[in-house]
Amino acid sequence: MSIQMIPEIGHFALVIALLLAVAQTVMPLAGATLRRPLLMAYARPMASGQFLFVAIAYAALTASYMLDDFSVANVANNSNSMLPWYYKFSAVWGNHEGSVLLWSLMLAGWGFFAARYSRELPRDMVARVIGVLGAVCVGFLLFILVTSNPFERLLPHVPQDGADLNPLLQDIGLILHPPMLYMGYVGFSVVFAFAIAALLGGRLDAAWARWARPWTNLAWAFLTIGIALGSWWAYYELGWGGWWFWDPVENASLLPWLTGTALMHSLAVTEKRGSFKSWTLLLAITTFSLSLLGTFLVRSGVLTSVHAFANDPSRGFFILVLLGITVGMSLLIFALRAPRVSHKTSFNWLSRDALLLINNIMLVIITVTVLMGTVYPLLLDALNLGKISVGPPYFNALFVPLTVIMCIFMGLGPIARWKQTEVRSLVKRLWLAGVAALVIGITMPFVIGPEWNAWVAIGLVTAMWIVLPMFRDIFEKTRHASTRIAGLKKLSLAYWGMQLGHLGVAVTIIGVAVVSNYNIERNVRMGVGDSAQVAGYTFTMTELTSRRGANFLADRAVIEVQRDGSRRSFTMNPEKRLYIARGMPMTQVALRPGLFRDLYVAMGEDLGDNTWAMRVQYKPFVRWLWLGGLLMAGGGILAVADRRYRRLATSEDPETAPGPAPAKEATA
Amino acid sequence: MTRRLILLLPLIGFLVLAVFLYQGLSLNPFHRDSALMARDFPAFNKETLKDPEQRVDESLFLGQVTLVNVWGEWCPECKREMPQLLDLADRGIRLVGISYKDTREKGMGFLQDFGDPFEVNIFDPEGDLSFELGVYGAPETFLVDRDGIIRYHHTGYISPEDIRKHILPEVGKWQ
Repeated sequence: MSIQMIPEIGHFALVIALLLAVAQTVMPLAGATLRRPLLMAYARPMASGQFLFVAIAYAALTASYMLDDFSVANVANNSNSMLPWYYKFSAVWGNHEGSVLLWSLMLAGWGFFAARYSRELPRDMVARVIGVLGAVCVGFLLFILVTSNPFERLLPHVPQDGADLNPLLQDIGLILHPPMLYMGYVGFSVVFAFAIAALLGGRLDAAWARWARPWTNLAWAFLTIGIALGSWWAYYELGWGGWWFWDPVENASLLPWLTGTALMHSLAVTEKRGSFKSWTLLLAITTFSLSLLGTFLVRSGVLTSVHAFANDPSRGFFILVLLGITVGMSLLIFALRAPRVSHKTSFNWLSRDALLLINNIMLVIITVTVLMGTVYPLLLDALNLGKISVGPPYFNALFVPLTVIMCIFMGLGPIARWKQTEVRSLVKRLWLAGVAALVIGITMPFVIGPEWNAWVAIGLVTAMWIVLPMFRDIFEKTRHASTRIAGLKKLSLAYWGMQLGHLGVAVTIIGVAVVSNYNIERNVRMGVGDSAQVAGYTFTMTELTSRRGANFLADRAVIEVQRDGSRRSFTMNPEKRLYIARGMPMTQVALRPGLFRDLYVAMGEDLGDNTWAMRVQYKPFVRWLWLGGLLMAGGGILAVADRRYRRLATSEDPETAPGPAPAKEATA
Repeated sequence: MTRRLILLLPLIGFLVLAVFLYQGLSLNPFHRDSALMARDFPAFNKETLKDPEQRVDESLFLGQVTLVNVWGEWCPECKREMPQLLDLADRGIRLVGISYKDTREKGMGFLQDFGDPFEVNIFDPEGDLSFELGVYGAPETFLVDRDGIIRYHHTGYISPEDIRKHILPEVGKWQ
């Protein structure tokens, strides 16, 4: 076998994968409807086979990149023989075709694992879940084969070398950010499939919710990490020092995250109390639909942004049709079948149920405002009402207060009991935390900032209001144990997961509040020997040099930084790079990270006479943004590891025990 | 029955959205606000389009409210926009152009053919100053106040209506 054959093998593997996906859809769904075990038994082998062949196709594309096969158009347009190997590896998903292939690989992968870890589920449920996942795979594989073939050849005129990967994407951030994000987007397909299966089968009980929860948490954790990585990447790679731009594509990833968060909480109610069933199903459908909508927005060219891929209207149309069929069908099934699974329970207006309902409503309101802000320009344009741009002012004006309101309830939720909570006991357990949150939140801005700032104070009060009742709750839960340590050990992983997740939210809020209000930025003209003072640090340019990297030339400044009143100094090395193959200039930011502040130096324009425009920034608490994201994701993963999901799954067969499963003691 | 209708609402909402998305496919994409809003105009030092010997820098914007228009000879929308820019210049508003990814000859030819409302044109053949400004394509227009801070950003073609509705009020606000 020669190198030249690899792309053909990949292309052929994709066709086989498509056929297997069709079988994976048709046979099990027909089997579940007709109650034919033989047809249902197709589900697992087809899912495995489809995963295998998509993986072969993906490996073939990766091989073409690694071996510099520029006869493949995709490689020629996005790679270069000088590119380091790890960027060749990640360049596969740095373009439209390759990234859809990665999407499909992950989709098939989630399907494979869903098939593998569902041995204890009723057979018809498994058949339906895998069938629905297969249907989604069919859509995406068709999309690749019809409009976005990554294996298209440039024959017989093979280019000598490739056009190189966009320098913005030559970064560790690109290696990590898209796969994590896609894992999250695609991961929600599993809970989506569970929801459709429940609607088709007309059965939704506590066991169902218990099955759906870990998959949801896992997908959500991936998405959280993906979003945090994207924000971090924008921060140091785009050279502006911003960490969130309310860019349509950023919003597209935030939307499923918001509804996914609502879904996690709604699933908890469905499992523990058997209520909110239709609502949970709707959220599951909505979350995956928003993931698909995000894909549409990025790839159709209806909105432009830093993230947009090269656009082609035929692709946009295809994805819209795909979106229309998937979402339209799901919502139609929902409208027709939801009454069959609904179940009424009562709860008091002061209870964990009610607080989670409020949380869900708030999250949905936030989702709708972000969605409106994102598609509003499009709507106006379509109605011929002119072109407008919805910028950060709109989003900040709505998102910030809505989040604060939601956080007020977030402090109450974990403390409240299911079904009913006494006002008196709630007040008794919370008044101290409330007072402490106010005191800490109002005084801390004096300590960390140059002057007192109301927004920082609000942010800190909110964060403390989330964290302090949590500590109080842990304290109370361990009070009756023989020792505190023994008490802590007895708490379930799901409980720790929730606490960690909420702590993450608080940490992110602190980061957002502080860095948005105490950020200091100066644009200065600097030559060798010049210095600038920012936030108690003196930045002195001591040297200007140039160097050659693997595929770029760089002008490099050596900046010596000294903190006022301190003897020790350190150097920072910002660069202005010129990537040779594309002739594209890039800013390589110099960062001095720290838990409580980042120093940020970027080179702007060459002003001649050996002077440069330098952008110097002081960013307090900026790391907390992403640290909070990691904590949230950690919380999600910790909850997945809870023993409950494994133990109860094996001991309970819903087919032999119909009806709502007995609600477990409410701890999480 | 009412419950049935309520359950149909998500589907109806989605279908409405889908219609708009379909229309969106055939419309021009939309640009977002500049990341540089309310910040200093990036520092630069460039030749002017007319004279390679003459250099200008960001001090160009100090002391007077200026509209900075990013244009290129290759850009058809820029040609359609010229009458409006000439109109603005007639109203006594100071305009500075950035000749974006063009050669000198083509840029000068463009001004001869379509008129020259600009006090001066900054020559940006590589597009690196425009990159610093966060420009995605031409035309784009920035309003810079007398302290050299970017105050308003218009992406795409400026229509006569835009002048009345957006540009003049914004200029008035900062003058």
